[in-house]
Amino acid sequence: MLQQRHLLGLEGYPAEDIQTIIDTGFKFREVLDRPIKKVPSLQGVTIVNLFFENSTRTRISFELAQKRLSADTVNFSATSSSLKKGESFKDTAQNIEAMKIDAVVMRHPTPGAPKHLTEFIDSVIINAGDGTHEHPTQAILDMMSLHEKFGRLNGLKVGILGDISHSRVALSNIFGLIIMGAEVTLCGPPNLIPPFIKDLGVNINYNVDEVIEWADALNVLRIQRERMGLGLVPSVREYRAMFGITQERLDKHKKEIVIMHPGPMNRGVEIDGSVADGDQAIILDQVLNGVASRMAILYLLCGGKSSEEGAS
Amino acid sequence: MIIEKIAKNLVLKNGTIIDPHRGKTYLGDVWVKDGKIAGVGKVEAPADSETIDCSGKVITHGFCDLHVHFREPGREDKETLKTGARAAMAGGFTRVCVMPNTNPPLDSPESINFIREKAEECPIHIHPIGAITKAQGGNDLTEMGLMHKEGAVAFSDDGLPIQDGAMMRIALEYSTLLNVPIINHAEDECLRAKGVMHEGIVSNHLGLSGNPDLAESAMVHRDLELAEFTGARLHVPHVSSEKAINHIRRMKSTNEKVTSEVTPHHLFFNDEALKSFNTNLKVAPPIRTERDRLALVEAVKDGTIDCIATDHAPHAIEDKETTFDLASFGMIGLESCFGAVNKVLVQDEGLLIEDVIELLTSKPRSIMGFEPNLFFVGEEAEITVLDTNKEWIFGKEHIQSRSKNSPFYGESLIGQVVITISRGQMSLI
Repeated sequence: MLQQRHLLGLEGYPAEDIQTIIDTGFKFREVLDRPIKKVPSLQGVTIVNLFFENSTRTRISFELAQKRLSADTVNFSATSSSLKKGESFKDTAQNIEAMKIDAVVMRHPTPGAPKHLTEFIDSVIINAGDGTHEHPTQAILDMMSLHEKFGRLNGLKVGILGDISHSRVALSNIFGLIIMGAEVTLCGPPNLIPPFIKDLGVNINYNVDEVIEWADALNVLRIQRERMGLGLVPSVREYRAMFGITQERLDKHKKEIVIMHPGPMNRGVEIDGSVADGDQAIILDQVLNGVASRMAILYLLCGGKSSEEGAS
Repeated sequence: MIIEKIAKNLVLKNGTIIDPHRGKTYLGDVWVKDGKIAGVGKVEAPADSETIDCSGKVITHGFCDLHVHFREPGREDKETLKTGARAAMAGGFTRVCVMPNTNPPLDSPESINFIREKAEECPIHIHPIGAITKAQGGNDLTEMGLMHKEGAVAFSDDGLPIQDGAMMRIALEYSTLLNVPIINHAEDECLRAKGVMHEGIVSNHLGLSGNPDLAESAMVHRDLELAEFTGARLHVPHVSSEKAINHIRRMKSTNEKVTSEVTPHHLFFNDEALKSFNTNLKVAPPIRTERDRLALVEAVKDGTIDCIATDHAPHAIEDKETTFDLASFGMIGLESCFGAVNKVLVQDEGLLIEDVIELLTSKPRSIMGFEPNLFFVGEEAEITVLDTNKEWIFGKEHIQSRSKNSPFYGESLIGQVVITISRGQMSLI
């Protein structure tokens, strides 16, 4: 069991609980490799996927995890919601809970929204991304993938490259990796790295080649096209030239480095197609670990007792 | 809290009288006859006078707040002049200035007159502040002269800072005709961008978009330069950052026409408190760092800051019980003001109670030119009685405002208002 009832973020999260989730995740990875990929662990548990913002992979990943655990699931998205009719966030949440549910997986464009939700309803809340704040399950699947590759997180050197300012993936990864004893270096255009973020215990290096030389693994973040032309990133080709993980750049370094990407990728912008499809990339392992680690999280928060029992 | 008409003869007995105008503290009584001061110190009131024992309490001038929002006209569901007046009395205030960002805004002589007439029915003195530009649009000057005649005591576009430096210059120049303060909420819109809290390590932690201190200090600097150039009176409201304080301190050494205020919440909280995502702490300008907070305290001590103002900003529950980005800016502050500033400035920072009382009475009054000699025999009684050592936990039950958006719930405050006397009425907790 985990010490916290909800998973709202990784800031201040206990290291032993992150490890428990990762360990349980590996147990569920085995389930996913079976011919019948389903266990009855969460039979009778009702989970609502409350998505106030568009999502494809996170939502499918959660939904699959829930189905593999035999939970009953309901999906709610803002486009089909009563929010359009002017109902408040609080009323929507309380109405859904009144229908007797056990857990809510929520994505919301506003930082802190899952925390607010805990004030309005009693169900277990799992944060599936709150604006530019946290995306804890993404960070856990990233850490699980690193753990799979290196057998440890402690002492690992991880570079995070891209738009740090607007990235919940970056923030959760920073919190989680530092808790687990990894070293983190942030890289990207200076105007996309917040000036105060050093206080979180990370390094900042604007030179991507130096970061490649230093790092065991590099987490390449999506550079959103919306940022282009806002004075934040002058152009696609400029970004690619300065920060893109191109095949030439990697070849030049002649070094083993694990390349990660939370998706969706802009091939040819922050990462070359050949790098994404290459041997150094573990991008699809991340996707599979996403399902396994979310199964672990749901199982541990919604009724699980131990990792052994859940995967049996 | 009850508000009742005061007796024909009322004697507040055996209190510690603090007279901020004369700068004197002494033991004695205050005798109020027909709502006017009839004697202070040793008094010889008729034997049948109603008396209230004030031993162990402080008797002083009624507080004066230069910056409140009473939402009338337009959002009477949040606050009215009457409910705001109750909140003011609960906080020891007998005189307030209301900001013009109502709906419609106070941008004409007629709307100023509306406030003046409505205020007549209230138990405290309410002075309107007029808008600088029509509809607070930032473009066309209001009829400042006519509004002044109707009772506007100062001019401000409040929540909509004047972005255009040339417009600000025109407003300051024109105001010299009336010799009234121009109050500009200093925030550069472009630098503020979509910031909802102070930009710093805490905003990074929370993923909330930051509003940097530069947004305030850059505009404060501009306004100070314009004030010096035009010779106008500039009052800088709710200063929140060390950077802005430094500009004001430098300019005040050569320009005595500059004044400034600080709010209780900027003195009490720092941005760490927002880690709770408590929307009641969402305010403009934002709660800043501990370093900024201490700089504000220092500025109070050295006189860079002239007075305390609450920026009492009522909002409906649904405006605050929502996600952080959608929540309205602002918090109520009249009821919690004295307990909060007394705790920070007297208990934590070692100021004298007399200093704090000046910041709430004589100093704000002198900025607006209100009568300073309130204990003069024959003056209308504006009196506040304080239990300065009382430690109490602030809760919903202490709120008289129609809105409940206070960040002080559960906070331990020191010093409580016991009695407020104003316009022939008396409130008792």
